[in-house]
Amino acid sequence: MNVTFTLNGRLRNVNIEPGDYLVDTLRQLGLRSVRRGCDSSSCGVCTILVDNKPVPSCTTLTARMDNKTVTTVEGIPKEASLLADEFGKQGADQCGFCNPGIALSAYALKLNHPNADETMIRHFMVGHLCRCTGYVSQTTALKAYLEGKR
Amino acid sequence: MNIKHFHKAASLDDAYERVNKSRHHAIIAGGAWMKFSSRELEEVIDLSDLGLDAIEETKNEVIIGSMTTLHAIETSEILQALFNGILPEAAAQIVGVGLRNVLTIGGSIIGKYGFSDLLGPLLCMDAQLNFHQAGKMSLEAFLDAKSSINDVLVSVHIPKQNGKGYFKKVRKTALDFAVLNIAITKTTDQFKIALGSRPARAILAMDAMAVLNGYESLDNKQIENAAKIAADATTFGDNHRASKAYRKELAYVYVRRGLFMLNKEAS
Repeated sequence: MNVTFTLNGRLRNVNIEPGDYLVDTLRQLGLRSVRRGCDSSSCGVCTILVDNKPVPSCTTLTARMDNKTVTTVEGIPKEASLLADEFGKQGADQCGFCNPGIALSAYALKLNHPNADETMIRHFMVGHLCRCTGYVSQTTALKAYLEGKR
Repeated sequence: MNIKHFHKAASLDDAYERVNKSRHHAIIAGGAWMKFSSRELEEVIDLSDLGLDAIEETKNEVIIGSMTTLHAIETSEILQALFNGILPEAAAQIVGVGLRNVLTIGGSIIGKYGFSDLLGPLLCMDAQLNFHQAGKMSLEAFLDAKSSINDVLVSVHIPKQNGKGYFKKVRKTALDFAVLNIAITKTTDQFKIALGSRPARAILAMDAMAVLNGYESLDNKQIENAAKIAADATTFGDNHRASKAYRKELAYVYVRRGLFMLNKEAS
């Protein structure tokens, strides 16, 4: 079947199987920032934005993306760079495997709740697992990222 | 799970007709749990284009479209106003925002999942389900029915009542399913108590409710007695998260705590 959606600002028409999941479709399209983690919507690694809302791509059928807007980290280079700077300053990452998912949720948080306080940041980021660093440095980096925009 | 055909329903009639064509046809709600099913599906029917994702209120009830996401429920001001917002509170504790942007209230109900955190609060709020062909039925009757229903869930209706609510999800880690969840509501002189993730699905603690109803305010002895009855008369089970005995003890402690809280707020 054919599905047409806007991917990182560009209209794409892709031929898929009805049971294909978005994580696989996006990786086949060359977007390697989208990673498979738990494969059960529990770890946040595969998070992408659909119509600017974070969703897990590992359990989202590509067939449902018709006429939607899909964003991966490749589609927000400036924001990803700002976030990477803040993460670097705080030592908030190590292996980096969870970063693309976190970056997209952080960007969604900025779009939807630009004045988020620490409680809101923590609540919004629940579901993103990081096994390297713990979450204090990440929360500090996210606060700085949001404050930079205000 | 293997899916051979994906169909976007053009109308409720279209969805109803297609889901009844074959037992290998199924409606997809959020779709998060569908992946783990071993079913071979000839056709998956998507309701996304039918406008079933709104939360609206009338004079007497709040109406939640079946495709409303748990994140929309979590952030709804309309639902915050019902029974201290126990439904948004329960939704907000399910994994993370990303998954809650996908999961729907319809999927949470139709699946009759034992781990569901929403069924208890909905039972306590007297939720009614509106099916496309079968019309309205109580959530309680739907959950009790042994046979499955091949219909399209259109909306969930919650009567507006003046009352307070209590919800507690006991879990081991932030992202885990509940070991037990407890929902209690109190209107003027009516209490409803639901226990879920026992690990079986949520049910009302009828015997405990019977000894409380009719009283506007409770004394400590009544609360202790009702909590004990709720724990003793409800069936609990063992699984890898907790033992039957532990769940029973949790039920006693948190029903008592919830009743104390609601009784204090009422007095």
